[in-house]
Parts: sequence; structure tokens; C-alpha cells
Amino acid sequence: MSELLTLDGVHTHIGRYHILHGVDFGVAEGQTTMLLGRNGAGKTTTLRTIMGLWPASAGQITLAGQRIEQRATPDIATLGVGYVPESMAVFSDLTVKENLILAARDGPLDDTRLEWIFGFFPALKRFWLSRAGSLSGGQKQMLSIARAIVEPRKLLLIDEPTKGLAPAIIVALIECFAEIKRRGATILLVEQNFHVAQQIGDAVLVMDNGRIVHRGDMAALASDVALQERLLGLSLEAHQ
Amino acid sequence: MTELAASDALPKPKRDLLPVLLPVILALAMAPLIGSGSSWVTLTVASLAMGMMIFIMASGLTLVFGLMDVLNFGHGAFIAVGAYIATLVLLPLAAWVQADSLWLNLAVLAPAALAAMAVSGALGLVVERVLILPVYGQHLKQILMTTGGLIVAEQALYALWGPQIIPLPLPTSLRGSFIIGDVAISKYRLLAMLVGLAVFLSIQLVLNRTKIGLLIRAGVENREMVEALGYRIRRLFLGVFMVGSGLAGLGGIMWALYREQVHASMGNDLTVLVFIVVIIGGLGSIGGCFIGALLVAMVANYGGFLVPKLALVSNILLMVAILMWRPRGLYAVTSR
Repeated sequence: MSELLTLDGVHTHIGRYHILHGVDFGVAEGQTTMLLGRNGAGKTTTLRTIMGLWPASAGQITLAGQRIEQRATPDIATLGVGYVPESMAVFSDLTVKENLILAARDGPLDDTRLEWIFGFFPALKRFWLSRAGSLSGGQKQMLSIARAIVEPRKLLLIDEPTKGLAPAIIVALIECFAEIKRRGATILLVEQNFHVAQQIGDAVLVMDNGRIVHRGDMAALASDVALQERLLGLSLEAHQ
Repeated sequence: MTELAASDALPKPKRDLLPVLLPVILALAMAPLIGSGSSWVTLTVASLAMGMMIFIMASGLTLVFGLMDVLNFGHGAFIAVGAYIATLVLLPLAAWVQADSLWLNLAVLAPAALAAMAVSGALGLVVERVLILPVYGQHLKQILMTTGGLIVAEQALYALWGPQIIPLPLPTSLRGSFIIGDVAISKYRLLAMLVGLAVFLSIQLVLNRTKIGLLIRAGVENREMVEALGYRIRRLFLGVFMVGSGLAGLGGIMWALYREQVHASMGNDLTVLVFIVVIIGGLGSIGGCFIGALLVAMVANYGGFLVPKLALVSNILLMVAILMWRPRGLYAVTSR
């Protein structure tokens, strides 16, 4: 399977701190790749560097054959990259509808696609004209993801979408990610919850201290408890 | 656009109406203290007119502050430049200004206002590129650069027009008052109210009914996410800065006609006032700025009538009171 996104020797500095130390990996087209690792391993920095929000100080990032490490964030987004930050970053002064109108860059909202999204996240339909700031944490996460998929995107970068959410909402998110993948999108997803990660991931990358320390199939990691403990310092049972 | 918005089952957004009621409550509370009904109406109309003019001058600043996180202490320069540019149109065409014809008066006033806005807006383009661009994200440097810019602009006005105060008489049709019973309502103040209201409604229309407006509101809250959605916010910054500068120019000509004079330090004098309005209203909030401007004008007028010595500190006292009630201003938009 061809790789939609590749990172080759990517370094990132934030101020005087050296966060990424030569990150190398590829994300296969049409697959969901999980990016795992302890807190502070560099997962969020990796996503932000791909998105151009923090500039790579060295290395190459290639998206669908085009070098993007020197490009501005809006240019990267218009190449077909959707981003769901850890903070969700919904525009709280805008309504749910207005948040989605802004996310639909290519024209008016597509009613058919909206109904598809409402199928996963009915709360968004219910609170269509409500200010996003008045939504619950789970509803904000739904809106943040809906914003990223309101138009078809080649690649979705999603940062810890299940953090702090109720189990019922997590189930909806898992179903949503599976459906997005079935529609052909490629997903790079940072996740701390290994139980979730093993349900939706095809491939897995593990980071530590700003480097990729493991890459392989998700199924293989899920079945190897010793490897999980060595790489992630956890056992699957502890997270079930 | 989707038709889903039409569903009646969907909840309406909650509105925070208390700040909107403040000017009304203040006006009604002042009525018994002032005693005379005609004085109260005169003061209230004067407050509304003054508030609208202050709003026009401050509206650009609140957007620049909220969207770009730029502390533009040079905003007053656009006000002064707008007023001086207006003199270039109004003084050579003094015969039209003094003519006893509303249409001739408007025929000279409209191009003067347009010229003031255009030149102030163009100056805004230069200031953003030369002074602001190198210091984005650095507040201390922004204060130093824009304060320096204000001083340079003020001295340039002295050099070009001289140190004397330039009289700027009101057009004949706008002199005098409409008399209703024993109440006199100044024609120019009425015009100022109408223009201010038109500017407010236009800005609200753009902010709430257009995609550019949504982008500005979203950018005030989270610039990074707007970029991550694929929009070049720097262009938006520049556009907002130019429009804000142009509005300051419009406010400049209106204030100059209100005072019937132009002088180089008028921008400097008004800078503190517009900053107080922006802070009271909440950074980036046009609605808050509108209410803040009305409150500042009301406190100045009512306070000046009831306790003249209080007028010197009334704006500061109002700001302290509002910030004690709502530390981020009447309508907090940004988290800054």
C-alpha cells in the first residue's frame, strides 16, 4: 500500500527546546495509523509540525508526493488535511452551524454529508443554532471532528479525541472513525487509551523522547502484552 | 446553504442582555436626579451622539485588538489624519459648506468623509506593513512602535498644517436644532446618531451574515485554528486593520465637525478614551464596544451636569466599576 504521508528525519524546536529528534515514519493511504506514547513523547508536536503550526527545523515531510515542511498552515490544509487538536478549538462564540460553515471551504454545506455526520453525532443537529461554547466537552469534541470531516479530506490528523469523554461518546467516535476510513480517508490518530487504539488502528507507531521507537501492525502490538509494557509502560488489562 | 436551520425544534442561543440594558437603566436612573425633563432629553441625546462618534472611532481598534492581538497606541493618528484630510475638501469648498442647501452641504460632506476614510485606511496599510508586521506577538514593542508612530504622525501634522487650531464650521443645514416642545435636539447630533447606528448595523451585518465576518469572529477567538481550516489570516488581519483605520478616519471628521475645529493633538487626546471603551466592551467585541461607548458618553454628560468635577475621572471610575463586575469587559470574546 502506498504512503500518503511520510516524515523523514524531522526535527522540531520550540524556543530553545529540541522536541522532535529525527522522526521517520510513513502513513499508508486509506489506513488508520495510531501514534502512541507516554505524555511528553512528542506526539502532539508531531501532528502540529505536519500541520505547519510549528515549523520543522530539519527533515522532510511529504504529502501525496508534495513537500510540505516549508509550507504555511493554510496551504497544508488546502491540500486536503483536516486537523482536530487536543484542545478541540471549537469557536465558542459561533454556533454549531457557523463552525461548520467555516470548515466548509469549498462551498455551501452539503446536506447529505451533514446527515451522515448527524448519524454519528445527533447532538450537533439538536444544538445546531446553539453557541459552541455552551456545548458539553463531548459535544465540543463531536463538533471538532465534524468540522474536520464536513468536506472530504485526504488526511485527518486527530489528537487525543477520547480524552475525558464518557464511554457512550467514545463508542460513537470509534464508529465514526471506522466509517470515515471506509470512505477512503487516511487517519493519523494520537491516542492515550490503548483499548480504543486497538479497536480502530491498522498500524501503530510508538514515540518516546521525540523519536519513533516502534512501528508495526496494531494487531501485533495488541496481542503482545510484554511489548506493550516495554513500549508504553502499561498492560492492556489496566486500560480495559 | 443548508435548510436544517429552519427546524423549530432546535434551541435558540442564549443571549446575555444585561449589558444591553445598562445604558437604558443609567438613563432612567438619571432622570429624577437631573430634574428637568428637557435637560434630561438634551443630555441623553448629547450622550447618544457622542457615544456613536466614540464608537465609530473605537470599533476598528477593538477588532484589531481582538483579532490581531495588537496594542495599537497609534490608533489616534488615524483619527487626526481623517480630520485633517477632511479639511482639504471642506475648506476649499467653503461656499458649498456655507450654502443654505442640504444637498450642497451633503455633496461636500460625503466626499470629505470618503476621502478621510480612504486616506486613513491607506495609512493603516502602511502602518501595518512597516510598524506592526515586525512586532506581532510582542506587546511591549507594539506599544513602543505605535506610540512612536503616533508622535511622528502628530509632528508631521504640525509640520504640514502648522500648530494653529483649524476652525471647521458645521455645514449650514446641520446647524441649529429641531425644537420639540421645550426640548431642543441638535441636528448634527441627530446625524451623528444616525451615522453611528448605520456603522454599527453594517458591522453587525458583516460579522454575523457573511463568511468574512465569521472568519473575523473566529479569528478573534483562535487564529491558529482558522489557519488550520485553510484560511490565510494575515490577509484578514490587513483588511481589518485598514477598515479599522478607515473608520477611525470617519470618526475623526465627525468629531472635528462636532468640536468645529481640528488640531494635531486631537488623536492623542482621544486615544485614552477609545482604549477605555474597548476595555469596557471586552476585547474584540463590537457589541461591547457599542455599549461601552454609550456608557462612557452618558457618564461624561450626566456626570458633567450633576457633578462637574467628577467629569475629570468619570471614565476611569466607569472602567473600574465595569471591570470589577466583569473583569474581561461587558462581552468577553477572547481569552486574552
